[in-house]
Amino acid sequence: MLSYAILISCGLIGCALALNAWRLIIGPTTPDRIIAVDTMYINSIALIILLGLYQGSPSYYEGALLIALLGFVSTSAFCKYLLRGDIIE
Amino acid sequence: MSVFLEIVVSILLVLGSIVTLIGSIGLAKFPDYFTRLHAPTKASTVGVGCILIASMIFFSVELGHVNLKEALISIFLLITAPVAAHMLAKAGLHYKVNMKENTQNQHLAKKAYLHKSPDDE
Repeated sequence: MLSYAILISCGLIGCALALNAWRLIIGPTTPDRIIAVDTMYINSIALIILLGLYQGSPSYYEGALLIALLGFVSTSAFCKYLLRGDIIE
Repeated sequence: MSVFLEIVVSILLVLGSIVTLIGSIGLAKFPDYFTRLHAPTKASTVGVGCILIASMIFFSVELGHVNLKEALISIFLLITAPVAAHMLAKAGLHYKVNMKENTQNQHLAKKAYLHKSPDDE
């Protein structure tokens, strides 16, 4: 039963990632594309945790933590670039 | 793993992924930048939080001792998601993105819309 639940969750999150990619492609302005990237990294954390559950190994957690850290740093760097025209002044 | 725990973990997984999907549908379908900003920043955090709690329960039972490593990611996401949403809203105001006329509280954006946008030049 748990493997079916993991497969269903993988399908739903795959649909969510496809919708984010759609917004990333058509997004009318640059901030829209940044929101799409921000949502994509949060959803990819969920996908990696699901892979760890499917294989029964807890060692995928480090990769998810790394994606969480670098995703927030990249989002704030993009916003800083939009606001100030420069990342490190 | 007992049947009851398996049911709890499965329900948490499916619930979290459904909430995540709802947030992404909102990101794809809403008509306006600020409504689009609102949808995924809340829903994705709750959905990923559900999935991380399910993973914590599963590995605590599987390994035989309490495993709180995934709580780090949950706490980090809970702290950083509002900060990222605030910075994105500021970037949208700076860029003077188009608003629908029925978006509420437009007078709050009037002051920010007085300056010159980087796209106008």
